[in-house]
Amino acid sequence: MNTPQISSSARDDLRTEPIFIRVIIIAIAVTFLTVFVVLPLVVVFAQAFSKGIGAYFAALSDPEALSAIRLTLLVAAISVGLNLVFGVVAAWAIAKFDFRGKTFLISLIDLPFSVSPVISGLVFVLLFGAQGYWGPWLQSHNVHVLFAVPGIALATIFVTFPFVARALIPLMQEQGTLEEEAAISLGASGLQTFFRVTLPNIKWGVLYGVLLCNARAMGEFGAVSVVSGHIRGETNTMPLLVEILYNEYQFVSAFAIASLLAMLALITLVAKTILERQLDEGQYPRD
Amino acid sequence: MIEVKNIVKKFGAFVALDGVDLKVANGELLALLGPSGSGKTTLLRIIAGLDWPDTGEVSFDGENALAHGASERHVGFVFQHYALFRHMTVFENVAFGLRVQPRAVRKDEAGIRARVKELLDLVQLDWLSNRYPSQLSGGQRQRIALARALAIEPRILLLDEPFGALDAKVRKELRQWLRSLHSEIHVTSIFVTHDQEEALEVANRVVVMDKGRVEQIGTPGEVYDNPATAFVHGFIGESIVLPVEVQDGCVRLGGKALNIAADGAPPGASKLFVRRHDMQVGPAGSGALEGAVRRVRTFGPIQRAEVALSGNGSETVIEIDAPRDRELQTGDIVGLQPRRYRIFAAQD
Amino acid sequence: MSGGAGRRSTLPGFGLTMGLTLTWLSVIILIPLAGLFLRTFELSLDQFWSILTSRRTLNALKISFGLAFAAALVNLVMGMIIVWALVRYRFPGRRLFDAIVDVPFALPTAVAGVALTSLFAQKGWLGAPLAELGIKVAFTPVGIFVAMIFIGIPFVVRTVQPVLIDLDAEIEEAAASLGANRWHTVSKVILPSLIPAMLTGFALAFARAVGEYGSVIFIAGNLPNVSEIAPLLIVIRLSEFRYADATAIAVVMLVASFLIIFAVNRIQRWAQTRIPAH
Repeated sequence: MNTPQISSSARDDLRTEPIFIRVIIIAIAVTFLTVFVVLPLVVVFAQAFSKGIGAYFAALSDPEALSAIRLTLLVAAISVGLNLVFGVVAAWAIAKFDFRGKTFLISLIDLPFSVSPVISGLVFVLLFGAQGYWGPWLQSHNVHVLFAVPGIALATIFVTFPFVARALIPLMQEQGTLEEEAAISLGASGLQTFFRVTLPNIKWGVLYGVLLCNARAMGEFGAVSVVSGHIRGETNTMPLLVEILYNEYQFVSAFAIASLLAMLALITLVAKTILERQLDEGQYPRD
Repeated sequence: MIEVKNIVKKFGAFVALDGVDLKVANGELLALLGPSGSGKTTLLRIIAGLDWPDTGEVSFDGENALAHGASERHVGFVFQHYALFRHMTVFENVAFGLRVQPRAVRKDEAGIRARVKELLDLVQLDWLSNRYPSQLSGGQRQRIALARALAIEPRILLLDEPFGALDAKVRKELRQWLRSLHSEIHVTSIFVTHDQEEALEVANRVVVMDKGRVEQIGTPGEVYDNPATAFVHGFIGESIVLPVEVQDGCVRLGGKALNIAADGAPPGASKLFVRRHDMQVGPAGSGALEGAVRRVRTFGPIQRAEVALSGNGSETVIEIDAPRDRELQTGDIVGLQPRRYRIFAAQD
Repeated sequence: MSGGAGRRSTLPGFGLTMGLTLTWLSVIILIPLAGLFLRTFELSLDQFWSILTSRRTLNALKISFGLAFAAALVNLVMGMIIVWALVRYRFPGRRLFDAIVDVPFALPTAVAGVALTSLFAQKGWLGAPLAELGIKVAFTPVGIFVAMIFIGIPFVVRTVQPVLIDLDAEIEEAAASLGANRWHTVSKVILPSLIPAMLTGFALAFARAVGEYGSVIFIAGNLPNVSEIAPLLIVIRLSEFRYADATAIAVVMLVASFLIIFAVNRIQRWAQTRIPAH
């Protein structure tokens, strides 16, 4: 997903359209993107600040808002942390060794991408809900998975499962096993090899995967909505709180929180572009 | 001393090593020579512990080496494509093996620094200490890779086509440099190459391999002058190969009997191997073979002549080397007598 | 002692990392999905069928799949126009618009949902002028359509973009030198080579729109049989503790997604036979 290169101008005459067609096409594209992407972004901030800066910050310092922000950060930290470790471990197993069923394994890892968020939440309700497989057992032991942080964490972990692995697997496959073999031949143990040789080589990929994983974890709505129970002040993440506030017509508050999420999205996009450039040319540092 | 016994290694249906035996003496510089697919790199990696044989034994000084992985065998391995750690400076690359040693054995920082400097001086690249591998030329990278392998004071040094990725001039320079380095530090070394000139120039002994088997082991002189099999004769140096028939002690080329001894040659369809410069050139009728000179080129002290052999229906053209003073001309009819030759059974 | 006990690899850690990978994979993904399928098999075929063919379920599925398909079509056409402008033309702000294409990917769905609703509501910046024209967007199926277009924008653009960038200039020059006018060159030479990527992008946009929840439920009216999407029906059934119904609908959606992914893989494999990789 790089910024496209334009072909050299010497060949352009043969390979382009008459100017009025170009103008029309550009106009359509720009209008469409403005209406469908730029305007919604602007509306978020317009609504958030529609009653002034004071109201904006008041909305953000509301106890419910703070609790939602805390919960979102907590769940994101858990999901990103666990899926980071998983992603690295899985990428090592897949990229540095040969075994049968590798494609199948990778497809399994990719599964959460092709599942609707609501279904991602549903599967956990079927396991842990009151009528779920383990529901009664959990209730009798007074363990709360659904309508509590563990359930939210599980659903978020599910939907963000593939991100780090997907970023690392092609990167590590491309880098091959040569440096690791050299390290082993020089007497390094497996862990030493990983930390001293592999990790520095994949650090941009790790950052990239973590970035995308985090963005998804913080913004997840459908799956979390199903398992959360929407208990005010306790089990609402930021996206869920946006929904609640919006349905109560508290537009400024709703959009204030939405604006935080929108800023997260924009920062993620910027960081993503920077990291993509690093990944493309960062094979040999300081060159 | 390294001893390798009856190593067999298969990759699926492909037999990489088919029962290989080898003994490497302490301090010697041994070449594993052969075409691609001969198994030489596989053998090297098995000795290093980077690969494992299906059956067979490997021992270092009597101890079973296969009980240990590559990180415990204390071998230095130099890879064809260097495998330098791209994110570390040259200094850190060479220091790596010293830094990962167990705490009990590890040198302190000053000791590591001294040893790295010692090695960089040895390979004459001390001035590159703070550069990154991407800033070095191919030849420099390979010397650093060597320094890195030597840093851990390995009992054996293994080099996998160390000069294969370099261009011809650098290759020659590094070849000589490796030889003089070896005479300085005397570590038992095995290197793999497909370049026979390299093997013959550098090594104490050469192991010629083909299709997973050892064809011959000997000094460069031995494998050149006394090749044991048709493969060795054809692979090392240039050879003239003629299909002949051996019957009742008589050697025939295209039906015509040749006036050469057939001692030791197996009966039936065979191949006659002669080195270009072992074919004595004389006037017509003076030799076992006869032919017309087609083309002559001169290189320094030699004339290389294309000679079309006569008298068997189909025309066979061979290249011979004759000394300048013979003065061959296109159209001359010459007699050719093999002074030294081998006859091997014709097989695949 | 014979060497090579079993198969050993050069690098260490295979057993451990593979074990951890499979364990984590099972705990997070395989077991939950197994639970879903187990629950499905608890239903008899009759039950399954009656759930699916109940009026409300059928309508929800029709709305979800139908509108997603239409939205994906719009994204196919608009996506091609956008990718053409971004790759082939230069204009001020091109880089910015290129980056903007990714926003629907990155923006949390709830934020998109409330933003679009606010925009297209009767008093909204776009909703108001449209209301003058008699077009009501928010809280109608049209709103669902609009939201599905929003989230599908990046798919066609990003799948076609690399193919268009790598397109061989000489092919176009050859066509032009043979007398083809611009329209012929584009429609007969360029577009055909983009078809696999276009189909892939379309399928991905379609799959995403079918399962979309957050962006859609705010702007949809959520009226049963009229503007209720299938994911919402699943949520409602869950809240009613009608797990069997929820499961049945979910399974249908899952199977549809897998079929779409399967189709995408087939398209890509077919594409590779037509167009040799360079």
